Amino acid sequence: MTADSAPLALEVTDLTVAYAEKAVLWDVDLAVPAGTLMAVIGPNGAGKTTLIKAILGLLKPAAGQVLLSGKGYEQQRRRVAYVPQRGSVDWDFPTSVLDVVMMGRYGDLGWFRRPRRREQEMSRKALVEVGMEDFADRQISQLSGGQQQRVFLARALVQDADIYFMDEPFQGVDATTERAIIGLLQRLRADNKTVVAVYHDLQTVAEYFDWVTLLNVRRIASGPVSEVFTAENLRRTYGGRIGFVEGISHPTDMLEAETDQ
Amino acid sequence: MSWAGLLDDLVFDYTLRTVALGTAIIGVISGVLGCYALLRRQSLLGDAISHAALPGVVIAFMITRSRASIVLMLGALVSGVLATLLILAVVRNTRLKEDSALGIALSVFFGLGLMLLTVTQRMSDARQAGLDRFLFGQAATLVVADVITMAVIAGLAIGLVLLFWKEFKLVSFDPDFATSMGFPARGLDVGLTTLLVVAIVIGLQAVGVILMSALVVAPAAGARQWTNRLGTMTILAGLFGGFSGVAGALISNTRSGLSTGPVIALVVSLITLASMLVAPNRGLIWNWVRRLRQRQQFRSETVLVDLLALSQQHDSLSYGHSVDAIHAMNRGRRGEVRTLHGLRERRLVTGTGDGMWSLTEAGEAEAQRILQENDGAQAALTRSQIEVAP
Repeated sequence: MTADSAPLALEVTDLTVAYAEKAVLWDVDLAVPAGTLMAVIGPNGAGKTTLIKAILGLLKPAAGQVLLSGKGYEQQRRRVAYVPQRGSVDWDFPTSVLDVVMMGRYGDLGWFRRPRRREQEMSRKALVEVGMEDFADRQISQLSGGQQQRVFLARALVQDADIYFMDEPFQGVDATTERAIIGLLQRLRADNKTVVAVYHDLQTVAEYFDWVTLLNVRRIASGPVSEVFTAENLRRTYGGRIGFVEGISHPTDMLEAETDQ
Repeated sequence: MSWAGLLDDLVFDYTLRTVALGTAIIGVISGVLGCYALLRRQSLLGDAISHAALPGVVIAFMITRSRASIVLMLGALVSGVLATLLILAVVRNTRLKEDSALGIALSVFFGLGLMLLTVTQRMSDARQAGLDRFLFGQAATLVVADVITMAVIAGLAIGLVLLFWKEFKLVSFDPDFATSMGFPARGLDVGLTTLLVVAIVIGLQAVGVILMSALVVAPAAGARQWTNRLGTMTILAGLFGGFSGVAGALISNTRSGLSTGPVIALVVSLITLASMLVAPNRGLIWNWVRRLRQRQQFRSETVLVDLLALSQQHDSLSYGHSVDAIHAMNRGRRGEVRTLHGLRERRLVTGTGDGMWSLTEAGEAEAQRILQENDGAQAALTRSQIEVAP
């Protein structure tokens, strides 16, 4: 089967989101094949988080359509996993690490059914995968930022999905966690899973991801890193706030964002 | 009256037993639902709802001329829900933040309620209805029928909390994640808030609109101190609330005309205050002891390392050093003598007489270990700084 005939893992058409009549995402199209690790990059306020939330139905788009493996989100929920920004929840909530990870099973469990041994085992396994097995019974407020992030990743793993949406998974994490996340991404790709991750570090985009979407309210470019991660596209995305040394295939030489203007 | 006498009354006095049962139910249900209000940062919403219930009570009486609790409670429910909707509408449609919206709803509804109350007090039958008990609460006015109604409603509410346990927990912790998995976060949110309104409304007659929020906030805040599990916290909050209800009813029974609301609020506040102070791990005293211990340990380590440095200058471990030398090396920090005595008990230093001190061999080993550990930490710190640097 060729890539053309296989349904795309994610297909977004004309997606527009507005807050109080001001467009935060305008007419965005995306087509992501299965088994792809895709970074979503763009300056602050470019609508990266909004894009993910709109795809997941957390925000109501003003217009546009989202298809996951050819079907609407409502039908595909079970095949989707979500890693929100770790700052979006109260980490002083009275619950344990294992409990948070088990929340990833709630969607499959459905209404009223309580998690049981099977869910516990899946969750412990996921904690092993992110190197957090020793923390299962800890209260979540005792975790460092990187450990919190790994708990959220484990929660997404037990969702046992085909496509993973991650909002800033690398935000403020330690080196151990960064390695754990990268290892995880590679395992997901090996299993032909698709990952869409909001990302910030332009220097490592080419190293960690296959595809990249450059976003600044509009979609500037989206495609394989080798094709669309160009100086011209970066300049259009970041509005000339970025320095780029010609002749280097990957823009590793980045100048300070704001002060250079 | 003695405590034994109070307990005696509780068992044998039919009226008091009824009243105490009623306030216990109120305490349990508001404690349980208060946990969710606390965790979702909606404690102030509870305050606004209970104040906003007053006009509903008065209007229900004006329309029906009935003083039956169920009628007045329905009125309270309607105006509590209306106030909640007003708050939501203000937040959604204006630039005002939630705290302002809460303040507006509280003062508008409570003001209206007080005004209507003043007006109705001039009517002859209203004075008998004793509507002013809704201000500060009068548990003695509870009759068996009231208690049965409250028990049924509270039982239903707790049943719903148990039924939706997993869903309520999820939506309180991470509503966006809940939505992404297909749970209606908005609907569950409305459900929880409605249950909170119900819990408040059934407590109004005995506790009063002004202090009912204490029973929502305080048991949950106290319970949170003792545990890191939602289940345990909910049970504890229910127990704290229930106990305060009973204690409040008993104590206010000792003086005629003593309102129950303030007494219950005082009891539950005391429980919470004690929890804040003495609870392990999260309690203030615990924190204070921990900090003191850390400081003491830091002092001991500093003195050991200083003695090591001094002994290295003299090429002799047993050479005595004066407290003054150590004091100078410590840049004037106090308490060296006490620290030295503590270290002598651990056989890490010896006093050589005349106020002179030196390390033992064990003390030397310990000082070396501290130095190495600090070197490691220092190196790690430097490494991380290099990694962070652009």
